[in-house]
Amino acid sequence: MNLTKTLLATSALTVAAVGASAQEMADSMTLVSWGGAYQNSQQKAYVEPYLEMHPEVSASWDESSNEAVAKLRAMNEAGNITWDLVDVVAADAIRLCDEGLAMEVDHDEILADAPDGTSASDDFGDLIVSDCFIPQIAYSTTFGYRTDMVPEGVEAPNDICDVFDLETYPGKRSLEQRPINNMEWALLCDGVAKDDVYDVLETDEGQDRALAKLDTIKDEVIWWSAGADTPQLLADGEIFMGSTYNGRLFSVIEEQDQPVAMMWDAQVFDLDGWIIPEGLPEDRLARVLDFLEFATDTQRLADQAAYISYGPARVSSAPLVGEHAELGIPMGPHMPTNPENAQNTFVYNYEFWADYRDDIDAKFQAWLARN
Amino acid sequence: MTDAATEPDKITGPTPDNALRAADRADEGPVLAADGTPLKQSLNRALRAQKLRALALIAPLLIFVLVSFIAPIGDMLFRSVENQIVSETLPRTVRALADYDAASEEVPSDEVFEAAYYDLFYAAERKEHTRLGSRLNYEMTGASSMFRKSGRGVDDIGEVYQDQFEDLDANWDEARPWAELMGDPDWIAAQEAWDGEGDMPEFELRSDIAEVLPRAANSYEIFARYMQSEEGDSPLEEEPWSVVHTALYQDLSTGDVSGYDGPRAEMLQAADELVATPEFETISFRDGFEEIDEDWVEPEIWRTIKTYSPAFTSGYFLNSVDMQKTPDGPALRDEDERIYGLLFQRTMFMSLVITFSCILLGYPIAYLLSNLPSSKANLLMILVLLPFWTSLLVRTSAWKVMLQQQGVINDVLVWLGMVADDGRLVMINNQFGTIVAMTHILLPFMILPMYSVMSTIPPSYVRAAKSLGATNWTSFWRVYFPQSVPGIGAGSILVFILSIGYYITPEIVGGTSGIFISNRIAYHISSSLNWGLAAALGTILLVVVLALYWAYDRIVGIDNVKLGG
Repeated sequence: MNLTKTLLATSALTVAAVGASAQEMADSMTLVSWGGAYQNSQQKAYVEPYLEMHPEVSASWDESSNEAVAKLRAMNEAGNITWDLVDVVAADAIRLCDEGLAMEVDHDEILADAPDGTSASDDFGDLIVSDCFIPQIAYSTTFGYRTDMVPEGVEAPNDICDVFDLETYPGKRSLEQRPINNMEWALLCDGVAKDDVYDVLETDEGQDRALAKLDTIKDEVIWWSAGADTPQLLADGEIFMGSTYNGRLFSVIEEQDQPVAMMWDAQVFDLDGWIIPEGLPEDRLARVLDFLEFATDTQRLADQAAYISYGPARVSSAPLVGEHAELGIPMGPHMPTNPENAQNTFVYNYEFWADYRDDIDAKFQAWLARN
Repeated sequence: MTDAATEPDKITGPTPDNALRAADRADEGPVLAADGTPLKQSLNRALRAQKLRALALIAPLLIFVLVSFIAPIGDMLFRSVENQIVSETLPRTVRALADYDAASEEVPSDEVFEAAYYDLFYAAERKEHTRLGSRLNYEMTGASSMFRKSGRGVDDIGEVYQDQFEDLDANWDEARPWAELMGDPDWIAAQEAWDGEGDMPEFELRSDIAEVLPRAANSYEIFARYMQSEEGDSPLEEEPWSVVHTALYQDLSTGDVSGYDGPRAEMLQAADELVATPEFETISFRDGFEEIDEDWVEPEIWRTIKTYSPAFTSGYFLNSVDMQKTPDGPALRDEDERIYGLLFQRTMFMSLVITFSCILLGYPIAYLLSNLPSSKANLLMILVLLPFWTSLLVRTSAWKVMLQQQGVINDVLVWLGMVADDGRLVMINNQFGTIVAMTHILLPFMILPMYSVMSTIPPSYVRAAKSLGATNWTSFWRVYFPQSVPGIGAGSILVFILSIGYYITPEIVGGTSGIFISNRIAYHISSSLNWGLAAALGTILLVVVLALYWAYDRIVGIDNVKLGG
């Protein structure tokens, strides 16, 4: 049954690409995103402009990206897909693709070329990490710290290993309650060279080594599971430093004007983008493709950066990034991809974590539960 | 039955009940109803009609509950043992592995690799191989990327043969010659006549081809049927997959096609001659797999496939009690991976603590509520109910504000000088925070049943006890308290069962030492997608709750539980 739907979908794809206007299109869309400032940036940068161009269309949001993989699987099993376009992080897109829940797409066929004629797949480049994934932004997970809690006479933290240095920088830290990123940072600060991190982490000894390093600060760590936790903890003065998404820190620093600063060292790049659920009816798929071509073009992705400090996924969008829509400050310096910020970066290793996620997570959770 | 038991007969005269009892006494013969049928039968008939009517009345509810509640839960729980995905995706491999000894440290025979090649190829075409990879990755780290890679790489094996056949005769890479070689002439005619409306005529093999080229015919049939049903394309226009060429090579190298004189006989015989030449390049399946990923020639993956090949598995249940399946039977996991036993214990322990805290805090309030004059009691009742009506998330977050180190309570303590500024208490993100927040949240579930029971206890009993000389304590403890026990029982069951399955509050305020088993279930449902393990954990939790309920019934008696007056 699913494969029949694939067939319908693929044929619809071809038709839509040939003559989108002739195609019967649904006049409503359900978009799935993360809520909050990020969803707002999508709403302002391309959903509202699109709806203005197509007054007959209505779009509704479902703030379920967090559980998108599980919900899509349930919808697929029930045979009733109610979502049209789903915003997920790249790792989830890979899993959805593996599970056959997301549609494989030909990026050059369905997405707009760059203004200079570069094809979409070249413009997005390596960021297309899965055949199902249409990247929108690059974000990073990095640290923020309270400037008023830096001990006197000590330089502000600017090295990832300062997180593990309780002597110079006493105080609580917040880290995400999962092994991803934390294990890499722990190994980096345990003396493992950047290029060897994953080779070491593959082995049991390497995993134990990373956990042993994390053990040194375990008593001082508050573990977060929602992206909003660290900003709140920082604003309340509960912690000295904590990891979170750079856009969240931007809003704590620039929008809420808190005494917080960024520490970009060893920030971990990750991607966020769209997937189209497998098995959409023809008319809805046509609408989604029409929207998607608009929403991921060079100008729209650059526009999004006026609302949130995430880097547009297209190379051609970067020069068009301007000022923050409300604060009027230039956004360039706040992008994780800004050369100043990106002196030492890490890229999320999707393949590694797809394989080792279950195994290392079991160890990590058992480690967390031990006192 | 003794005479004493039938005593009421004599006193109250005939009732339906007594008449039944009388009918039981065989020696007195059947009691007959007015129409001459035995009374017992007639009564049963009347009762049956009543029962049916009652059943019909609740039928809509019953069906609704069955369809929307019991069935989904059953379906979810069933996943804890379900494991068809391995045998459905790799049917040939599973068969070929039947004699493989999983405990041996050897890589299986070439037949297994051959079977795995065909299985993997078809699975990759149907895009099912990655799903199996994710499934096996729960058991063997690395399976996920192995299968993803192999789905891409498995084509390379067939292309060795495809290229050589194609170099010999370009027809080997054309759709039509293959269809003529394999297809039934009637089917070809029907397929040609098909006008694009309705269903395509289903592909039929020519009757004799399966004898000449058994493997290739089988492969081609799978290819053709797949093209028709899934892609909606005519096999007359689609070049076959490279797996068909591999099968053809195998047939030609082992069989004899010299006697074949059907369509495309010359083409086939030329290929046969080519295969017989020493220059013909071949690749063993084993080498092909090794080229894709070296892990294929390690025993671990085969052991995993073999261990998880049955359609039902105890693997998820073993995982959920910190064990794992090994070739030598179930074994405990490494100590650094054990977590579920700890979480189950913690969930039980903390639920008990929460239940007792609720009893301690709830009892005086319920007592006050039921003994104050109604105007004051109503006001108090509103105070109990207001938080009950407030969103769970709001209440939990409020506790965060209260308990955190820079929070209200710590600030007050520091201001009062009871705690030093650098020695603020840690009251959240640990067990303490979870217990406080959950006790607060679940308190109304304890107070309300207690209140409804206490409000029915007549005050005259206590007064009578006192007038007979009992002290305040004795009259409370010996007279009032025993009558309020059913309320405590009802409240405790509610609170305990609710807290055992609690998820949101521990997630927000629990930190690492305050999380419950339900948080891991949620993780496996929404993050790791290991629904089988989540289902097994859920089943265990359900069984534990039912067992506790049963024990409670045996010890206290469920009849002693009152939810209302």
